[in-house]
Amino acid sequence: MSVDAKPLPQEGVRRRHGQLRDTRITLSHGGGGKAMRDLIDDVFVGGFDNALLASLDDQARIPLAELAAGGDRLAFTTDSYVVDPLFFPGADIGALAVNGTVNDLAVGGARPLFLSCSVILEEGLEVATLRRVVRSMKAAAAVAGVAVVTGDTKVVPRGSADKLFINTAGIGVIRAGLELDPGAVRAGDVILVNGLLGDHGAAVLNARGDLALESDIASDCQALSGLIDTLLEACPTVRCLRDATRGGVATVLNEFALACGLCLHIDEHALPIREEVKGLCEILGLDPLYLANEGKLVAVVPADGAETALAAMRSHPAGREAVRIGTVHATPQATVVMGTLFGGERIVDMLVGEQLPRIC
Amino acid sequence: MKYVDEFRDPDKARALLQAIEGLVADIEICRRRPLQIMEVCGGHTHSIFRYGLEALLPEAIEFVHGPGCPVCVLPMGRVDDSLVLAEHPGVIFTTFGDAMRVPGSKKSLLQAKAEGADVRMVYSPLDALGIAKANPGKEVVFFALGFETTMPSTAMTVLQAERERVANFSVFCNHITIIPTIKAILDSPELTLDGFLGPGHVSMVIGTAPYRFICRHYRKPLVVAGFEPLDILQSIWMLLRQLVEGRCEVENQYRRVVADAGNDPALRAVQEVFELREFFEWRGLGSIDHSGVRIRDAYAAFDAERRFSVPNLEIADPNSCQCGEVLKGMIKPRQCKVFGRACTPETPLGALMVSSEGACAAYYNYAGVQLGKVGGQRSEPARGRARDRS
Repeated sequence: MSVDAKPLPQEGVRRRHGQLRDTRITLSHGGGGKAMRDLIDDVFVGGFDNALLASLDDQARIPLAELAAGGDRLAFTTDSYVVDPLFFPGADIGALAVNGTVNDLAVGGARPLFLSCSVILEEGLEVATLRRVVRSMKAAAAVAGVAVVTGDTKVVPRGSADKLFINTAGIGVIRAGLELDPGAVRAGDVILVNGLLGDHGAAVLNARGDLALESDIASDCQALSGLIDTLLEACPTVRCLRDATRGGVATVLNEFALACGLCLHIDEHALPIREEVKGLCEILGLDPLYLANEGKLVAVVPADGAETALAAMRSHPAGREAVRIGTVHATPQATVVMGTLFGGERIVDMLVGEQLPRIC
Repeated sequence: MKYVDEFRDPDKARALLQAIEGLVADIEICRRRPLQIMEVCGGHTHSIFRYGLEALLPEAIEFVHGPGCPVCVLPMGRVDDSLVLAEHPGVIFTTFGDAMRVPGSKKSLLQAKAEGADVRMVYSPLDALGIAKANPGKEVVFFALGFETTMPSTAMTVLQAERERVANFSVFCNHITIIPTIKAILDSPELTLDGFLGPGHVSMVIGTAPYRFICRHYRKPLVVAGFEPLDILQSIWMLLRQLVEGRCEVENQYRRVVADAGNDPALRAVQEVFELREFFEWRGLGSIDHSGVRIRDAYAAFDAERRFSVPNLEIADPNSCQCGEVLKGMIKPRQCKVFGRACTPETPLGALMVSSEGACAAYYNYAGVQLGKVGGQRSEPARGRARDRS
């Protein structure tokens, strides 16, 4: 659903649209005066290009009837994006800021509709960089079918932030009657993922450049809302979904295991991991199960719906490489266990802190 | 993945396991008690748990997880010394990633960094030298850790720093050496070890000859082993064959990497830059004679201990900690009084909980499901979601 075609709610308010001529962000762009107005008009209103934002009121006003038509509950989420570097193979902070929040809504069974966009800019940031990020956000929003309808801009002195931070909040509507809940997982259920794991984490690690490794691993950053639509349509009995972002699939599985009190048992040989990602992990002593993804979800479905769910996922571009990675067992309770390539078994626990490369 | 998957082939593993079971039946000791095999190196400990090997092997084979995790055995006093250096004004302190979390008596490097110290993670000492060249106004100290595996790269970096006359680079040397430590363990009276898996990466540098005394004087066989699961299984099979055939030798399973003569240029660089200390303190094991190295006088300019005043603190391990007994194979991690209770990967008391290669951390994180259950107390499930992303 898009609001692009709607009439301006504040039709009749006429004002001159500012143009930003500066090449770098200065503190005056956050000062509330003309410089800030020009920045907002030119970069954000021009960039996001929709009527709800263009009115430039202090809030976006959304008709309740429009929301109520899509379901019976509101989903509301927020997330901040501070990735370094801002641009990396496959995506950038802008695409991440849209898709991350869209996915957080979608995995709750909501259809994402509206986003906010707050930026914190470091003094000295190139305006061209900001424009590029906003273009990327607009493109990602168009694909996901959401509109950025409200926002905020702050500028902080050089050194008080790292180039550009983005916060997006999102609103979506949850389909009537749908109740996705990891507490509802039962023994015998099947665990699915929608494709290759660890690409985003590996791409960002590699893009930081301090490893001096050459590879063309690209981030998997994508919206999952379309895939989830297709999946829920075909298999309404899905127990729960979660996007496997920071902390990776291992973390999501542990969250599910704690919520349902059962054993999520995965098979090492079923895990879809790119050769390059495996290689990077081998060199650095990292575990791909804990690498971040930005376009991957874990789904738990009842056994009798598994084939249907898998086929539905594979029919969507965001789920072409969907596979079954495991099943739910009764014991050991609240634990994630992996059957190793060898027929051995081991526990896959939550990470304590950050994954740190090993010495030798 | 090419050159890796070949060493993780489940069919070959099954064949090896069968062969191992066959040999166990012929070993006399196994009728009385489990055979105790020490894997010296933390890399082996990590692989054994990661691939669930302990659960696949016959019960008659027991691993004793050795002292070969350099991060784990670093004593608290040295960590405190490193913090003094890191917090010195004008210092950029560079370190390998897994040393960041090792607890000192009050805090870790990670905490010091949060408090404002300029602590940077590097992947090689050469990266640290690069940082020194890029920051001529700062003093750059490299936290040198590890056995003979990482010693040559530190030595080569010191030599390069000298050649290039980099004046603001120094090394806080905590390198340790494996042979005196194995000897100290073998001299311990309570020991019942039957054989060793020798450390693959260390041996790549020192070769296989230095282990001969283990066979000659202590009558224990040793097989230098690689780190892939098939490497480890094959090495166990080789060790058992020695026992069955009544041989006691140093054998080399890791031939694709380890030359029996070691790596001569690496050894020469080590010899040029380092000399043995009279003794070095180990977390969990105490002081061991000639088990550490320091920088020779000729390279004193690159020795952070001489360049800065380092307090050289000696801090005893916590009383409740039983790492020493675990290291000697007298108890299993789970039998330690504080395992999984006061001592967890979040708040490690003892050396072996510190790094993912430490035996206790491996037990806690990976413990084979069939082995019983980990003693770890799981944290409460997260309520709500406090997630953001990198």
